[in-house]
Amino acid sequence: MASLITCPHCGTRPKEEFSVRGAVIARPSASEKDEAWHRYVYVRDNPKGRYQEYWHHAAGCRRWLVVNRDNLTHEVFGVTDAQASREGSR
Amino acid sequence: MRYSALSIIKQALSGNRRWTPAWREPEPKPHYDVIIVGGGGHGLATAYYLAKEFGITNVAVIEKGYIGSGNVGRNTTIIRSNYLLEGNNPFYEMSLKLWEGLERDFNYNAMVSQRGVLNLFHSDGQRDEYARRGNAMRLHGVDADLLDREQVRRLAPYLNFDHGRFPVMGGLLQKRGGTVRHDAVAWGYARGADARGVDIIQHCEVTGIRRGPGGEVEGVETTKGFIGCNRLALAAAGNTTTVGRMADLALPIETHVLQAFVSEGLKPVIDNVITYGAGHFYISQSDKGGLVFGANIDYYSSYAQRGNLATVEETMQEGVSLIPGLSRAKALRAWGGVMDMSMDGSPIIDRTPIDNLYLNAGWCYGGFKATPASGFCFAHLIAKNETHHVSRFMRLDRFERGYVLDEGGKGPQPNMH
Repeated sequence: MASLITCPHCGTRPKEEFSVRGAVIARPSASEKDEAWHRYVYVRDNPKGRYQEYWHHAAGCRRWLVVNRDNLTHEVFGVTDAQASREGSR
Repeated sequence: MRYSALSIIKQALSGNRRWTPAWREPEPKPHYDVIIVGGGGHGLATAYYLAKEFGITNVAVIEKGYIGSGNVGRNTTIIRSNYLLEGNNPFYEMSLKLWEGLERDFNYNAMVSQRGVLNLFHSDGQRDEYARRGNAMRLHGVDADLLDREQVRRLAPYLNFDHGRFPVMGGLLQKRGGTVRHDAVAWGYARGADARGVDIIQHCEVTGIRRGPGGEVEGVETTKGFIGCNRLALAAAGNTTTVGRMADLALPIETHVLQAFVSEGLKPVIDNVITYGAGHFYISQSDKGGLVFGANIDYYSSYAQRGNLATVEETMQEGVSLIPGLSRAKALRAWGGVMDMSMDGSPIIDRTPIDNLYLNAGWCYGGFKATPASGFCFAHLIAKNETHHVSRFMRLDRFERGYVLDEGGKGPQPNMH
């Protein structure tokens, strides 16, 4: 039920310790056109199934995390540190 | 068949064997003037007003389950028009006025009960905010009364007035607000639409949207085959993205789950609809005696019609904090429904960039009270290809243009609305 989230820094914790920011979307550069910023701020793919979200471990390590889960079955596939996963994708 | 006291007596004399079904179960025709996707409250209301107010009767409502199986049958049944913003208040007030005449209008008992909606405040700042909202309502010709602590005590003596952290200091009361029997809304609109020639096609899922050479919509692929249409109207709350993707619509919507609860039946105790200003908890008592209540969404994106236990716990904590006696009542049922959470917390009733495609979406978890006005304005838009003036702030392109309609002032984060 996505009730337990395994934080890479703190271990398995109840989900109430976290706050959810929303979909993982690449931030456009400041010089991008309005259309790119509109898509980033307002438009969501909103898939049914696998979803990646930014969660903040507000009552723990206070790190930003990427939670990879299924929004229909509530299965959690993996949790990584947001900065580490961004550096990994570079 | 017109329902009346006389019809009840007549049917009783014949042993109640001659009641006829309230609507037909037709097979789809090959082509309609208008197809509405979604047989919930908004879709059925749209069909009803299209037929009744705008004379368009060659209409089909396509529903993947049975009508009323979605959020119109899963909500906490509250109606009100206590909004602050100019883009919201006249729209919801139109809805409340339609609620007031609805049962006569569609000849169906929807148990509209104007028992009053009371929003409690717990600090000086919150009182100022509520006074401002009450004044804005009055400027729009809507009733609003700011009650002090003793006036609230007379209405609801069972509240936790001396809460250590969130004492009840007063409330903003809208006497014309109240509750409606939610299923009967779907049934009443369905019956009224059907009687005027609308085909309600249940257990028929839309699987694709067929586009013509110019990109315009020509019809829908369904589990009962292709059905053509001149205009296609989407009212598929919770699944708007899934249907919209069939036409490559980019939408400012994320789907979330909201839970609601009902207690065992109790003797009459809560006369009004009461909302807790220190959290986000709302409660009323149904005519059967069950306490109907709910709180926030579950915060993470979800398409599952079931919720998380942590939210159940939070809801119960809020309830007991406001009404200590609630701890003695047993919760009987809990359920979840999926919501279109829009990026500014307000709905969308508009044309789309695709020809012949119309959108009614993004109701977050406030769609039930809007059902009549949503149906009326959407029907107006479809029939005249022109926005109704009370829904003119609910355009799809308002996000790009910078005219968001953010009642709560929470910013572009769907789980905060």
